[in-house]
Amino acid sequence: MTVDSEPTETLLDWLREERGLTGTKEGCNEGDCGACTVMVRDPNGARALNACILFLPQLEGKSVVTVEGLAAPDGTPHPVQDAMVAHHGSQCGFCTPGFVVSMATAHLNGATDHDDQLAGNLCRCTGYAPIIRAAEAVEGVPIPAHLMVPVDQPHDGPGDDLFPDAVRPRNADQLAAWYDANPEATLVAGATDVGLWVTKQLRDLAPVAFLNRCDDLKSIEIRSNDVHIGAMASLSEVLEAIKPLHPDFAEMLRRYGSAQVRNAATVGGNIANGSPIGDSPPALIALGAVLHLRKGNERRSLPLEAFFIEYGRQDRAPGEFVEAVSFPRQLDRLKCYKLSKRFDQDISAVCGCFNITIEGSVVATARIAFGGMAGTPKRASSVEAALIGKAWSEETVRHAMGAFKEDYTPLSDMRASANYRLVSAENMLLRYYLEDQGTSTRVLEVRA
Amino acid sequence: MNVYKPKPHDAAPLHVAGSARYVDDIPLPANTVHLAFGLSEIAHGIITEMDLEAVRAAPGVIEVLTWKDLPGHNDVSPYPLFREPMLCEGEVNWLGMPVFLVIAESHLAARKAARLGNISYEEKPALLTLDDAIAADARFEEGPLVYGQGDVDTALAQAENTLDGVFEIGGQEHFYLEGMAALAQPQEGGDVVIQCSSQHPTEIQHKVAEALGRPMNAVRVEVRRMGGGFGGKESQGNALAVSCAVVADRLRRPAKMRYDRDDDMVITGKRHDFRIAYKAGFDASGKIIGIEFTQYCRCGWSPDLSLPVADRAMLHADNAYFLPNVRIISHRMMTHTQSNTAFRGFGGPQGMVGIERVLDHVACAVGRDPVDVRRLNYYKASGGDVSVQKTRGAAHKFGGTHSPKGWVEGPQTTPYKMPVEDFILHEMTDALLERSDYAARCEAIRVFNAENPILKKGIGFSPVKFGISFTLTHLNQAGALVHVYQDGSIHLNHGGTEMGQGLFQKVAQVAADRFGVPLELVKITATDTAKVPNTSATAASSGTDLNGMAVKAACDQITARISEWLAETHQTTQSNVLFEGGQVHVGDTSYPFEKVIADAYMARISLSASGFYKTPKIVWDRIKGEGRPFYYFAYGAAVTEVVIDTLTGENRILRADILHDCGKSLNPALDIGQIEGGYVQGAGWLTTEELIWDDKGRLRTHAPSTYKVPACSDRPDVFNVALWDGENREETIYRSKAVGEPPLMLGISALMALSDAVASTGDGSIYPDLDAPATAERVLWAVQRQKGAS
Repeated sequence: MTVDSEPTETLLDWLREERGLTGTKEGCNEGDCGACTVMVRDPNGARALNACILFLPQLEGKSVVTVEGLAAPDGTPHPVQDAMVAHHGSQCGFCTPGFVVSMATAHLNGATDHDDQLAGNLCRCTGYAPIIRAAEAVEGVPIPAHLMVPVDQPHDGPGDDLFPDAVRPRNADQLAAWYDANPEATLVAGATDVGLWVTKQLRDLAPVAFLNRCDDLKSIEIRSNDVHIGAMASLSEVLEAIKPLHPDFAEMLRRYGSAQVRNAATVGGNIANGSPIGDSPPALIALGAVLHLRKGNERRSLPLEAFFIEYGRQDRAPGEFVEAVSFPRQLDRLKCYKLSKRFDQDISAVCGCFNITIEGSVVATARIAFGGMAGTPKRASSVEAALIGKAWSEETVRHAMGAFKEDYTPLSDMRASANYRLVSAENMLLRYYLEDQGTSTRVLEVRA
Repeated sequence: MNVYKPKPHDAAPLHVAGSARYVDDIPLPANTVHLAFGLSEIAHGIITEMDLEAVRAAPGVIEVLTWKDLPGHNDVSPYPLFREPMLCEGEVNWLGMPVFLVIAESHLAARKAARLGNISYEEKPALLTLDDAIAADARFEEGPLVYGQGDVDTALAQAENTLDGVFEIGGQEHFYLEGMAALAQPQEGGDVVIQCSSQHPTEIQHKVAEALGRPMNAVRVEVRRMGGGFGGKESQGNALAVSCAVVADRLRRPAKMRYDRDDDMVITGKRHDFRIAYKAGFDASGKIIGIEFTQYCRCGWSPDLSLPVADRAMLHADNAYFLPNVRIISHRMMTHTQSNTAFRGFGGPQGMVGIERVLDHVACAVGRDPVDVRRLNYYKASGGDVSVQKTRGAAHKFGGTHSPKGWVEGPQTTPYKMPVEDFILHEMTDALLERSDYAARCEAIRVFNAENPILKKGIGFSPVKFGISFTLTHLNQAGALVHVYQDGSIHLNHGGTEMGQGLFQKVAQVAADRFGVPLELVKITATDTAKVPNTSATAASSGTDLNGMAVKAACDQITARISEWLAETHQTTQSNVLFEGGQVHVGDTSYPFEKVIADAYMARISLSASGFYKTPKIVWDRIKGEGRPFYYFAYGAAVTEVVIDTLTGENRILRADILHDCGKSLNPALDIGQIEGGYVQGAGWLTTEELIWDDKGRLRTHAPSTYKVPACSDRPDVFNVALWDGENREETIYRSKAVGEPPLMLGISALMALSDAVASTGDGSIYPDLDAPATAERVLWAVQRQKGAS
């Protein structure tokens, strides 16, 4: 089928206003509440996504299942729908379709880490307990047959006339050539940030290019010397790939955003948008990451920390784009401390990433980077200097904690005060040390 | 039997299928126009010039209205003594105040155009904080309201020990998942029909009628359901419905308006933030001899519902404790911010946090377990005529020596001189402490804290005694309309609104029970001002109490008419006619309900009735602070365990155990749902939910990206909720008790637990002084104060 619509019309608006499918709800219009969750399928599997910040051209070659499509063709409800009724999982019912779709997607994928699968669905009525009871009740219940039917291979797209205003390069070369000629354009990767430019800032993005066809930018290669991540790799994919190497990075990415957000957001977008928080940039900087940029046929690489010049300004020429990021293989000494008001689906007040190696009992190397402490993700050079070559001891650590003031002058905002940012950043170094000594410091690991 | 059963929410199958219809889901009538407000960009000042040319010229815009274009009253206030202009008349009162109204061909076109206004202001100093308002003495009502009993000054002067303190309690955004929405359709002869998301259809009707300059009978308001309300849709939806009605009337086209989430949060009011100062005198055991509270309530720019909210905070300053000498001083302060409004608990939670905080502080001062000190101060147990409780916990190390003996000399009185006749917290506390294994866990936590240098656990207990009834006495009335059609199917209508709480199902259970028929025979229908008039807001937890009784009254009229006729035709008495199990029994003969109805129709028996109910016994003088504002009290108690990280202040709730009193529960499943949800919402209010305004008065936490309601993993890992097995001593509907608001206050135990965890980092010499919300940042500073003191 073809779609007669603006390229930056969201799937949510299209479903509700043009198709009359009003089961998918608008709760926040910014990807934070999950009321608009839909299941998006392709031959690679099924993912939950937020329809409110998903543009129609991003769906080329995909199959979308909304809440209306969960029941079997004969009307038999999906097992999660029955369980939600039986366990009293709905009250006002407005968040319910989003929950049900997230739960059905998790059920289809065999995922039973319910708190994480549902972290992107907010409910204000139930306190979540009955929803989790429902999710647990359907573990192992057979997947309905109509959802077992494989999704067709996307035929070679219906053509560029589908969205005449939406440029959709087929690979990095096409993107490079087009963007070089149209440097004022907006590039749309996962749209978890750009989506809000449309839904909240009401901006007109034209000209715009959608990168979802660029499969050659999606690869993640674990090589003998380094790990090479294409800019269009989603954070879900990065999380899975990186978990065996740097589990704390993976845990930080788990908290970075909900399943819906991780399934859409890309590592390239997370870097290129130049957020002062970042979350993946400080971790990548701590791992010694190198950023690979491309403009036309010219490529260059630079240390990731050098890309961030100041708030709102990156070392990126007009028409130049992030092609990949890589970091060396190394012994895992990385710890990522994400501090936010809420544990899940929250932007960090402070995100501290530490990678300190010890030889003998002396600090051999130290790469420490923070988000939320400056106008950009930034290394703690003075702290690093205060550690390197010193005995790995609490005394050294406490001394080095004093150096944070030299590296950072954080701001106060709605997430945290400047002083709290500084004190907690200092304490994160102590936490790293204490964790290294075997002391438990993580509230998420404590049980009653 | 249809009552006392854990029936699912009536709309649950629709919810899960995505087919439950909310206002924004109603198929758009042809030619519908869409509305959006242009908002002020300053907090306080005068508009000097308004250039709306760019707005008018924007694509899709039909017309742009200012207050001068309105045909009738430009006033959406729920409080008759204060005008709240819907559209600014020149003076800007908060940042986000609607200034003009865009009418456009689409929602998006209206939103885009609404940002194009070019407005010039003469800015004036804005009062943004309680400190600003106190310094300027900017307040509603002439001076503070004061309630109390006994001789406070003498008691404080003579007490062995005294302490004082002052603390802050933050506000709370409702964050109903469904934003505000309304749709108006013009009818013949200037009438209008409104469908909207409102807890108060009658007020919408009233305000729309005034705005159009027409009588209330020209306006019909229908509410099928809301996607959450929590008090936020009691008064704050007026502006949307009025706008839609005015435009529908002006253009003769249907008009629809819904707020984008950010607009919703910037325009509408929230839970009131409070500052509470206290002075307490107590004996060596921790028993309070005298106490004075000074409550500062931040109302925002208009009274809205702030005065009754502040009253209810005063009425819950005692919570569960007898205060023989008490003075409660309440200041209602004005600031140039959103007008704070009703929110589940309606001031009660803030008042309750006050006394719970004091008791924790006193326990710290006398070095006793906080539960022990609380029980010492409880009201005396009820007299002999309270219903027998089946569940009795053993008396316990904690407070067991204070176990109750019923009062002999008469019940103790609240600070507003109402006798507490139904106090059951002694028994409930026993049972909860036993179920939650409180004593053993206190010891386990002590061990954990000794072994862990960085992570510290804490445990907290708090009870709830919440007064049930509107404090504005005349609101305690309700109506219902019940039809039985000739095929035996039943049409149920009443004045209450459904916002997720399960009211419709509970009331349907009542109707089915009165007729003795399966629940499926009862059709639940949308709240409609044309069916039941002059309704009160669905608020104050009163929905089932009031509407259940009104429906019962309506059903019983119909069954009485049928019984009278059957008794006559069967030569027996009415008392021998019984409606049960889908049958109507007349002596030894039974007939299917449907047959009896068909026959009754043929016999020309009226099968339709309206029912009415007003709450008995209540009488209240809010100026003197005397009387019986509440028909009864609902009770509950919770134990919460938390862990904190002393390096960053990060914290989590690990376990919550709750025992809650719903009287004889009409529907245990729905009631437990209210308790679980209320607890998490209350705990969210006191932990992660933080509202931040900048120094220009701009709300910086205006979306879920910055305002953090609890997510799935924030609920307690272990979450045990049980209902107290009792019944209401008052004659409420099937002896049940109201449940909407009281469980929210069980979340106070989480704040107490965090305070306990913080205290464990010190030497006991200072009280943690943890303000709410206890964000990670506040917890860290409290930990640092402890470490500094020890």
